Amino acid sequence: MSENGSGKGPERQIIFEDVSKFYGDVLGVNRVNLSIPPGITSLVGPNGSGKTTLMNLMTGLVRPTRGRISVLGIAPDQPEQLFRRVGYCTQFDSFPRGITGYQFVYSFLRLSGHRHAEAHDLAEQAIERVGLTEAAGRKVAAYSKGMRQRIKLAHSICHNPSVLVLDEPLNGLDPLIRAESIALFRGLAQAGRHLLISSHVLHEVDLISDQVVLLSNGYVVAEGQIHSVRDEIQDHPTQILIRCNKPAELASQAFQQDCVVEARIHNDGMGVLVKTRDADRFYLMLNHIAQNGINIESVAPADADVLSVYEYLVGSEESTK
Amino acid sequence: MSPQPWRMYSSQLWAILRLELKKTLLARRGFWIYLLAFAPALLFAGHSFVQLKTGRTGDIGNDTHLFAGVFQLLFLRLSIFFGCVGIFMNLFRGEVLEKSLHYYFLAPVRRQVLVAGKFLSGLLASMVIFGSSIVLQFFALYWHFDSNVRQDYFYHGHGLEHLAAYFGVTLLACVGYGGVFLAAGVLFRNPLYPAVIMLAWEAISGFVPQMLQHASVIFYLKSLCPVTVPAEILMGKGNLLSLLAVNPTPASAPSAILGLLILSLAFLVLTGRQVRRMEIDYGTE
Repeated sequence: MSENGSGKGPERQIIFEDVSKFYGDVLGVNRVNLSIPPGITSLVGPNGSGKTTLMNLMTGLVRPTRGRISVLGIAPDQPEQLFRRVGYCTQFDSFPRGITGYQFVYSFLRLSGHRHAEAHDLAEQAIERVGLTEAAGRKVAAYSKGMRQRIKLAHSICHNPSVLVLDEPLNGLDPLIRAESIALFRGLAQAGRHLLISSHVLHEVDLISDQVVLLSNGYVVAEGQIHSVRDEIQDHPTQILIRCNKPAELASQAFQQDCVVEARIHNDGMGVLVKTRDADRFYLMLNHIAQNGINIESVAPADADVLSVYEYLVGSEESTK
Repeated sequence: MSPQPWRMYSSQLWAILRLELKKTLLARRGFWIYLLAFAPALLFAGHSFVQLKTGRTGDIGNDTHLFAGVFQLLFLRLSIFFGCVGIFMNLFRGEVLEKSLHYYFLAPVRRQVLVAGKFLSGLLASMVIFGSSIVLQFFALYWHFDSNVRQDYFYHGHGLEHLAAYFGVTLLACVGYGGVFLAAGVLFRNPLYPAVIMLAWEAISGFVPQMLQHASVIFYLKSLCPVTVPAEILMGKGNLLSLLAVNPTPASAPSAILGLLILSLAFLVLTGRQVRRMEIDYGTE
């Protein structure tokens, strides 16, 4: 099979090769090397960690000081090709003066070269997808924060791009629209598209991401599927939460195992939180423990989420900023 | 979608024009440009009104010289000059200040096409404003003459010929200053500096070596004006303002038009190169 056909060729990936960006003396990002496959990739990090800079770099809004970027084989300094395949929902909350929601999307499609009828249909479809049909004729200046966020989303998806770059796309949305937006992102990712999403709300990232890129102070500190990233962190024991009918007995038995460094009853008294340096071995032992009359209801990793991983890698101070 | 690039470019140019024209022509904060553009027409209307009120029969020759003076010293050097500062410098600079330029930068449009589209929209807006002003000025000035005298001047004299020439110079002034100030809007953050530098350069351009005169817009425009301003009539000999109307070595009409177009094109190419490298960094504004 050809490289392209295998789904790993440069025409199928977003590639950053040794990319650095400095704003004068201020570091934006430094020495970033990434290959981003299709699916939802979340950029995670506190404010100023370089998330928006990475997004602006891959869409050509800023230029790298050093390095090379390729988005599905297209260089970001070729907007005429790039934005036929890329949609970018930015954090900029400003719009052309006096424009309505419909005009905002329609004019973009006309700029893309679509004829009137086609642009009209595509604009209406995109606006409908974000649930703004009724407000489409109103001026964007009169929109609420959530509505502005949704019209930007409609603008970024209206031309059915293969790559969707979303900078804090859930900001300002109410819970219902938030859930609908997440469903929309999942649907697009399942259709084989690239979605690059930045968020500093880590539990949201857990919900939607196929893979994560963890950033701190302009550096990529880890990347990949969150469980794989967690497995790589050796200096923090794995935490496992076991729900069972006899937590005290289970804690006592677990503590006798040499691979367990800590076993304590969970705050709600309905389970045991175990810290182990060898999760695979512990799971094997758990099978034996379960045969001694303890009814185990569930076993789940307790720290294989983005927040925990980020805290382990960067420190709790950074992750809560 | 059509793969033919020129068809695509023209469709994109129309889309840019549609977006920009409304913004430029109907901007509330651009009201001063209309005032500046139509001030000479008000001046001439006042002149005609006074002539009619006092019952004086004017001299068409004198008024033709009056028009030439106001056109060169007020309309070209102030109205069109600062009007173009307001219109063309805002095309990019205004969008950076309003933080909306990324809307264009996120569309599949070549940056050079964007520059061309913005320039055309500025040109169209300035031509509408200043072109209509020059026509209005002409009729405001000659309105107080007897209809026979007026008809004789317009249809049997040089009236229409002069009007066409002034109209043409006005359009070329928009092309020339438009190119310069579009580039200035991309290169400078503060519009005051390039405007003052350009104003000073245009003022002294009549006295610099001939080679350097070709690098000023006013040199070409003065060469194309149909009536030379008799400095001693308007301001008195030796007056500083009268010196502004002097064009010691005028260029021929074809070379003046060509020279102006080349000058404007050079600034457009410079703008295109600059915009191609431009980054969105509203934070530093």
